[in-house]
Amino acid sequence: MSDDREAIFSRVRGALAPLRVRAPLPQYDTEIAVLRQVLAGRDLAELFGERIRKVGGLAFFTPAALVAHLRTGGRLHGYCDPVLWPGLAPHFGAGFQVETAFDRTRVDDYAFGITRAAGAIAETGTIILNDAATSCRLGALAPWVHVAVVERSSLFADLPQAVAGLGDDRNVVWCTGPSKTADVEGILIEGVHGPGEQIALVV
Amino acid sequence: MPFLASAPALPSAMPSQPIDQFARELSPETRASVYQSTKTTHEKRTKLLFDQFADPNRLRTLAGEIKQHAIENLDTLLPQVEARLTGNGAKVHWASTAQGACEAVLRIMQARGATKLVKAKTMVSEEIELAHFLEGHGIEALETDLGEFIVQIDHDHPSHIVRPIIHKNRREIARSFEREGLGAYDDDPGTITRRARHYLRHKYLAADVGLTGANFVSAESGRIVLVTNEGNSRFCLAATKCHIALVGIEKIVPRDRDLAVLLNLLGRSGTAQELTVYTEFIGGPKSAAQPDGPEEMHVIFVDNGRTEVLASECREILRCIRCGACLNVCPVYRQASGHAYRSVYPGPVGAVLSPLLAGERFPQLADLPKASSLCGACNEVCPVNIPIPDLLLRLRQRAKEENVPSPGTPPMGAWALLASQPTAWRAALAGGRLMNHVPTKLIPVPALQAWAAQRELPAWRGGEFRKWLRQRRSR
Repeated sequence: MSDDREAIFSRVRGALAPLRVRAPLPQYDTEIAVLRQVLAGRDLAELFGERIRKVGGLAFFTPAALVAHLRTGGRLHGYCDPVLWPGLAPHFGAGFQVETAFDRTRVDDYAFGITRAAGAIAETGTIILNDAATSCRLGALAPWVHVAVVERSSLFADLPQAVAGLGDDRNVVWCTGPSKTADVEGILIEGVHGPGEQIALVV
Repeated sequence: MPFLASAPALPSAMPSQPIDQFARELSPETRASVYQSTKTTHEKRTKLLFDQFADPNRLRTLAGEIKQHAIENLDTLLPQVEARLTGNGAKVHWASTAQGACEAVLRIMQARGATKLVKAKTMVSEEIELAHFLEGHGIEALETDLGEFIVQIDHDHPSHIVRPIIHKNRREIARSFEREGLGAYDDDPGTITRRARHYLRHKYLAADVGLTGANFVSAESGRIVLVTNEGNSRFCLAATKCHIALVGIEKIVPRDRDLAVLLNLLGRSGTAQELTVYTEFIGGPKSAAQPDGPEEMHVIFVDNGRTEVLASECREILRCIRCGACLNVCPVYRQASGHAYRSVYPGPVGAVLSPLLAGERFPQLADLPKASSLCGACNEVCPVNIPIPDLLLRLRQRAKEENVPSPGTPPMGAWALLASQPTAWRAALAGGRLMNHVPTKLIPVPALQAWAAQRELPAWRGGEFRKWLRQRRSR
């Protein structure tokens, strides 16, 4: 193993030695990677709501609207982050069964999972999850519906801003719409391994 | 490489390139579906890039400069990324060869007493034939990307970098699922996907180790970036306690900020998406407070021929971010499909990379760089601006210099003699007029007959230019 390390490093040095000039590190303004015309003059929360729908997700701006959606879809049994539940419980009326601990031996029992988002990206309709905000990775992944609670103040406008704001969390995941595949004859199917419905509750 | 072994039997006595033989034997149904889906993806990609960015060409040129800088500075960036990863709590391993990389995975598994591995899609694992190796050592290594899972149960090979089963239709897939006991025959793509979802989620939860590749690794932070649509790599890293990342040494990018440029291009170029669904930034094992995910993270940096490519005149190919855009636009790939390239990397990128990575077996794949009309479309769509046609020419020259035989290529000795003697050349130009009176089919040159089988020669106009020039001078 350490032999391999030395062998690789020595071959890399040998391969690069004949180069008289190396390609310089390009300096650039990240503005080049921003969809300025999409962002122009828009309210970020409103734009985010529009963009998440464009990638097959949904955004709700009140807990009541979320609860009505879950009820209509017959999604009555789910998981909720224990920190969020006291605030949300009053909106969930009778008929819902919500657990605040996720049992991995019963992954298919949960029709929805509600967790906190670390932020969101307006430009692309992306929800940002990380280890600090997400109470449990499986709870945000295995149920058919994932609801991420996004605070308005945590919205990033664009990709370069979101990259700059990655912070020091060990695990940051950007989710842009529901899990999907087009492997079979190029036909788009949602809900492969992760959620078939990706919802943001913007508060 | 398992399917390097043999090209299909010659359909006729005509000597020809192996890729032509594959193209000839491809079923019309497969050809039509490969053609249609590559064309659609290519058109959507172009629309998305040009509708949304003021200057998409500037963006991809910049991305090329970033990656070129990275590969030309691997001597400093690799130690830097190693230090960052170690500082983040990951264990770093190095593997010179495919065998070494497979053994590194096995050692990590054995040290944990692990017997079950779930895999996200990684091209490096295809390259080193990891699943096959692990199965030989009693380890279950299950593909979780839907396309790769189907490839695995069919003992087949992927035929596209991002669309592994572009060569299969839903009826074949439904039959495979029925055969594997995943349910009665049903060729509805939704049902197929649902059945895979149900089967695989319990496999993730029972697995000891989750294995992924890496799309990028930032030398600045040591973050590994994984890009998927299905959420399978996220599931690997939510359900298992140990994460192994197999990473080609060329995957390094200098800074985090460079990721915004590259991510903007990768999704659009590969699948015509602004961003793929899951973009994961993995900076180490899970945080202490997080109940799910790997407590242990291993990163295996794989060479397997890459340092040889770095030393060659074709090092620009190491910029490649595996988006597949060059496959989708290539007129040869669209006709021949991926298996014709007899290697892990098909299409224009494969025609450059596969012969280079083959090492001593270069002559076996030296025909691939010839399977191109040099139309340049691959270079135009490349998100990191790789001059693929130039690299193909360099490899053609290398094959010539190494005297690799080339079936179907007409001997050029007589032409060379003719072209180097002005008198003989003038005589040939005049004598060529005879061609206008002789049916091409009667000329006993096999290469000419093969060419003329689907085309007609234009009338011979040899000498016209000289005549025109003489008249112009005398005026």
